[in-house]
Amino acid sequence: MENQKKQKGMSIHARRMIAYIVLIVVSFFCLFWFYVLFINATRSNGELQKGFTLIPSSHLLTNWKNLVNGTLPIWFGMLNSIIVSSCSAVLCVYFSTMTAYAIHAYEFKLKKYIYPFILMIMMIPTQVTALGFVKLVSNMGLEDSLIPLIVPTIASPVVFFYIKQYMESSLPLSLIEAARIDGAGEFHTFNAIVLPLMKPAIAVQAIFTFVSSWNNYFTPALILHDDKKKTLPILIAQLRAADWLKFDMGQVYVMIAFSIFPVIIVYLILSKHIVQGVALGSVKG
Amino acid sequence: MKKNAKAVRYNKWGYIFLIPFMVVFVVFQLIPLVTTIYNGFFENYMTGLLQVGPNFVGLENYKKLFEGGDVWIYAKNTMIMWIMCFIPQIFLSLLLRAWFSDVQLKLRGSRFFKTVMYLPNLIMASAFAMLFFTLFSDNGPINSMLMQIGFIDTPYKFLSNAGSARGLIALMNCLMWFGNTTILLMAGMMGIDTSLFEAAEVDGATSTQVFFKITLPLLRPILVYVMITSLLGGLQLFDVPQILTNGTGDPMRSTMTLIMFLNKHLYSKNYGMAGALSVILFIISAILSFLVFKVTGNDKRKG
Repeated sequence: MENQKKQKGMSIHARRMIAYIVLIVVSFFCLFWFYVLFINATRSNGELQKGFTLIPSSHLLTNWKNLVNGTLPIWFGMLNSIIVSSCSAVLCVYFSTMTAYAIHAYEFKLKKYIYPFILMIMMIPTQVTALGFVKLVSNMGLEDSLIPLIVPTIASPVVFFYIKQYMESSLPLSLIEAARIDGAGEFHTFNAIVLPLMKPAIAVQAIFTFVSSWNNYFTPALILHDDKKKTLPILIAQLRAADWLKFDMGQVYVMIAFSIFPVIIVYLILSKHIVQGVALGSVKG
Repeated sequence: MKKNAKAVRYNKWGYIFLIPFMVVFVVFQLIPLVTTIYNGFFENYMTGLLQVGPNFVGLENYKKLFEGGDVWIYAKNTMIMWIMCFIPQIFLSLLLRAWFSDVQLKLRGSRFFKTVMYLPNLIMASAFAMLFFTLFSDNGPINSMLMQIGFIDTPYKFLSNAGSARGLIALMNCLMWFGNTTILLMAGMMGIDTSLFEAAEVDGATSTQVFFKITLPLLRPILVYVMITSLLGGLQLFDVPQILTNGTGDPMRSTMTLIMFLNKHLYSKNYGMAGALSVILFIISAILSFLVFKVTGNDKRKG
């Protein structure tokens, strides 16, 4: 080896090789499970019992038909999941932006208490208030309703904080001032000027809210009992609770694929923004 | 700023724009929190068809909770699984961060790798756990693969073994979170002056020296942040073990977490115990949040 360049520990080539090998191994571990899921979703129950293979088979449609005609109300599940996730995403980003705007653009007396307060409640997990939440929901007669899964997202401190950070770097107060001089009302200024300017941050947070609400299992499982109201994660849990050996395993795999592939597709389209979004928001401050 | 005098008449809008957040917060978080705490002081459960309570019992529920001993087992399980997940995760993230930001290495395709590594974070945890349950079941694909390559003769019972069941849960969580941690660590480094590294290079420091003498001290605030938030997340460990073990925490309750315990009480409508447990979890997470707030607080003020 060329020893002149090797004074600085290992040679750069060797280090690069190791880095690539580790990266490929790690990526393999990230993707392997989903590949197996895809392969197994295309195989019939009989084929699945015979052992493992890396080559897809041809029973994807059969499995899919069996699943759709089976006992799990997957279309309802899909529909409910879509309703909850998209409504949550829209309400959450709209009102979080509004909250961030209130803190960013106005000087009022209680601001110096409210802002740290919101930051402080940011980390409190939803699970610790679940008991009171379930009682409240049943007192309101909202059990088996999707509303208690959607409305609470209006108060999302994490989303608020992200948008607030973004606002600080890209919403000059002089612009608001100019709008006032032109005689625009405050509410109009918010909707017509502030919201469009916040689009990049709003988009990233809308995706995150959508995904976390799509994946949420704990709260929906406590509130939704009617089969037609259940979201996809509850149906997955139901599949697990059923005597799964009796199941056609091909169907089980298709069901899992059905509930995660929408997110994977969205991610593949928007991955650049998502990865950047994580980097921008979380710790930087 | 000079706009102060004019701004006064607009300031009431600050309150108006805060109304939706505050109303929703009070109704759906604050009131439930108060009810939860309140319920912790009452005896309120069903035995068979008989409803007991609600009777005020003071701190009796807390006493029962701690004397029962179960809560310690579940707290221990939660901690063990968190450590099993966090240690490999933080090592991997530090290593990957170092490689991705090493200008000498000039790694290609780093965007591709980052995209792949972040993917598991977005996957529905319950579906991921269900997938692992089927893949690692006694006659599932992983066992048949291991048998086909002659690694084992008889199926290995991954889910009937405390070590491997916990290991699987830790593996899943590690896969789901290391990409996120890597990106956070990288983002935390972006604001740091690169001249330090250039100076070190001029002085002929090895990459190991640079890592331990410069990178690590600079990363410390972010590392502390990552660790506490990860601990907060670990405390909430639920979806994966719940689905993987169908809520039983098998084998022998070795994978039962605190939130699974809470969930059990909520399902059996033992509101007294659920309330007491929630309060404990609330206090722990409040302390951890306060630490996060302290660690990052100074920076946040600056905005």
